[in-house]
Amino acid sequence: MPIDILMPALSPTMEEGNLSKWLKNEGDAVAPGDVIAEIETDKATMEVEAVDEGTLGKILIAAGTEGVKVNTPIAVLLEEGESAGDIGSSKASGSQSASGEAAASPVASVDNDDKATVSSAGDAGEKARRSTDEPSSQADNTKVPAAPKVDVAADPDVPAGTEMVSTTVREALRDAMAEEMRRDKDVFVMGEEVAEYQGAYKITQGLLQEFGAQRVVDTPITEHGFAGVGVGAAMSGLKPIVEFMTFNFAMQAIDQIVNSAAKTLYMSGGQMGAPIVFRGPNGAAARVGAQHSQDYAAWYSHIPGLKVVQPYTAADAKGLLKAAIRDPNPVIFLENEILYGQSFDVPKLDDFVLPIGKARIHKQGKDVTIVSAGIGMTYAVKAELELREMGIDAEIIDLRTIRPLDFDTILASVKKTNRLVTIEEGFPQNSVGDHIASQVMQRAFDYLDAPVITVCGKDVPMPYAANLEKLALPTVADVVEAVKAVTYRA
Amino acid sequence: MTEFAPLSLHVPTRPSPQDNATIDTSRLSPAGAVRRPAVDVDPTEIHDLAYKLVRVLDENGEAQGEWAAALEPDVLRKGLRDMMKTRAYDQRMMRLQRQGLTSFYMQCTGEEAVACAFQSVLEKGDMNFPTYRQQGLLIAQDWPVVDMVNQILSNSADRIKGRQLPVMYSAKEAGFFSISGNLGTQYIQAVGWAMASAIRNDTRVAAAWIGDGSTAESDFHAALVFASVYRPPVILNVVNNQWAISSPQSIAGGERTTFAARAHGYNIPSLRVDGNDYLAVKAVSEWAVERARRNLGPTLIEWVTYRVAPHSTSDDPSKYRAKDASAAWPLGDPITRLKTHLIARGEWSEERSVQLEAELDQEIAAAAQEARGFGTLHDGPKQSPATMFEDVYKDMPRHLREQRQKLGY
Repeated sequence: MPIDILMPALSPTMEEGNLSKWLKNEGDAVAPGDVIAEIETDKATMEVEAVDEGTLGKILIAAGTEGVKVNTPIAVLLEEGESAGDIGSSKASGSQSASGEAAASPVASVDNDDKATVSSAGDAGEKARRSTDEPSSQADNTKVPAAPKVDVAADPDVPAGTEMVSTTVREALRDAMAEEMRRDKDVFVMGEEVAEYQGAYKITQGLLQEFGAQRVVDTPITEHGFAGVGVGAAMSGLKPIVEFMTFNFAMQAIDQIVNSAAKTLYMSGGQMGAPIVFRGPNGAAARVGAQHSQDYAAWYSHIPGLKVVQPYTAADAKGLLKAAIRDPNPVIFLENEILYGQSFDVPKLDDFVLPIGKARIHKQGKDVTIVSAGIGMTYAVKAELELREMGIDAEIIDLRTIRPLDFDTILASVKKTNRLVTIEEGFPQNSVGDHIASQVMQRAFDYLDAPVITVCGKDVPMPYAANLEKLALPTVADVVEAVKAVTYRA
Repeated sequence: MTEFAPLSLHVPTRPSPQDNATIDTSRLSPAGAVRRPAVDVDPTEIHDLAYKLVRVLDENGEAQGEWAAALEPDVLRKGLRDMMKTRAYDQRMMRLQRQGLTSFYMQCTGEEAVACAFQSVLEKGDMNFPTYRQQGLLIAQDWPVVDMVNQILSNSADRIKGRQLPVMYSAKEAGFFSISGNLGTQYIQAVGWAMASAIRNDTRVAAAWIGDGSTAESDFHAALVFASVYRPPVILNVVNNQWAISSPQSIAGGERTTFAARAHGYNIPSLRVDGNDYLAVKAVSEWAVERARRNLGPTLIEWVTYRVAPHSTSDDPSKYRAKDASAAWPLGDPITRLKTHLIARGEWSEERSVQLEAELDQEIAAAAQEARGFGTLHDGPKQSPATMFEDVYKDMPRHLREQRQKLGY
């Protein structure tokens, strides 16, 4: 039977790519290892190598097609003795037109993957997590934020009638840095691979070309070293943006961040502070193991002297990063690799700056308050849809800032709904949710109709294996269960 | 008062895509030109060796100079086989990644001589603290390939229970410490391990491994301080393969000096060696390990080599260097060079090479097939969720047992 050549996933987080060029034509012989096509992702250009031997029978996706989902059949390979007439027997050709002009939706192979994963996990709720991080889940409706069915409350910081532009979180972060660098020549960015390579996650795309190598600085590989250089530069009056390839590597720099950046203003009697932004992806992505998957929101939020921002939407990423760069204090800006490629509406304003320390009511409701931030919001949004079907009207609060925490918004909501569930991917002990629960208990005890439930990751280092990784993270089902418990619907 | 022009920042220039050989050719010594000092030499007497290059094999494949040892043909054929097997393994694992059977892989193409020859001078009980590009340490000691593939596939037979990224092997028995995903952290741990060996009056030695880029990590400098103060039996390996993802070695501090020269301030003897020359790697490794075993203390070795492959399966080197960049590398390919030497000695032939390559490909393919029987990243048997809660603490605390039970395991 002819073999389908599928759009490959070049990394665990890749969801789609552009088929830029075919290097083999229909009818060409192909050997394993031959480069047959070039594809572009948002990170890099890669070559597609043939795995099997045969003849390229039919090209299903034309060169130049953008947004081809992973696992879409892109061509059909004929094995020895087969001819073009056999193509109808391949899996792909039965389900799509021969023209191949549009990216086909993933077919049989993807469904098989899904079944295998779900049955091994033994939990239907796992499906939700998969849709946020696995390329193979494209059949699911993952575009929740881009086409919100929930009633997102209007952001009071955006004037009514403002034109909105669909923007990825990645672009929003880049735009925020570029705008601030244009506005203030003291702002500069440094980190590993930020200049020539345009950022390990392509967040600093185009900055080197616009601002030059003196303001977009590739550093040696030493988080400890360049965080210290950044703190020193901030103390001399510059406003550094220090990019960590991931916050997991920033553990190496924790002494500079906590003992110097956070404390020097206090220790010098107000003479010297560090206006600096430490930013980069935080938390789990997919298949990157124990040392690359930790959520540090709770860690940094413990430290007086630091501000901690953890945005979910592209608009918040932009408005809050601009605010962070202008802030005279050190700001920890926690991004998330999975959110980088997601699109949201961003207001088209010349200078869109949001207040640090102010939560946003993502969706209004009356029966229960769900509080989260960053990637945690994806669970809240999905759970809310399920809860609505059960007749539970949930209010979702996106914290946006972890320190200082906006207790006013949380308490006002809890006094209305009398129930609270928090969500985060971090470890359970001393979590952000623990702190919120303890404060709500102290400040609104008489309003609570049920104990607060904090939904967190499991208390184990993140395993690498896909089935274990899913189990280690919270799920939408966990959130639904928690809401049912606090509303006594179980 | 003197008038000064405004200041400007020096940023190291990058090699152009046309001229990718980042090596300073003024520091390429001819084969056989560098002397072999006594193992108990005063470090200050060999400072010049940090700016030269120990080489044994010349352009014609002949062994030259004081570092050339009389080695049995069987020893060299084993070395050739180890390097070819490492390359065959890399090629097969790359294919598994492209087939989607694993998520990630890292090759060591062009750097095989460094790990394979170094391992050949170690003894059982010695401990390597490797980076992710020293798979040759396992292969050169004939460690079962299927065990390595099980880790790559994160399957039910994976000895580290699906907890680590592919290539982050861990095999205590093989003297192969768990690879750290965070760069440089293990350099200082290797020094500590060697100090412990000396404290216990043991005979074992440790080998620390780091890349040119990661020498910028503070762990590297801290390691040299401790190695200098306590003189533990440790070999401080710096594999200078010219690239840290897209950053050339000049960004890591190799623009106007060498990584070997960093040892001078710590009074640690250091050598700079042709890492693509199996005979040179083996001879210098023997010298350094003998120093360690004689309790003469640490040695720093800069292995000058070239990362022919992309950094990883997630990297695209065409963004920052020419496609044929490795062809401009003046030190050649380690496999070709040892092969040429063996042929020149009448101990090998092109035909035997072709035959061995096919044999090794078969051997690796069979091991990969066997490993697939234990499952892959996506299909087949997997680690039980029950294992997820193990090993967090030596004895499982109650709250973890409860979490496990809640999951139904």
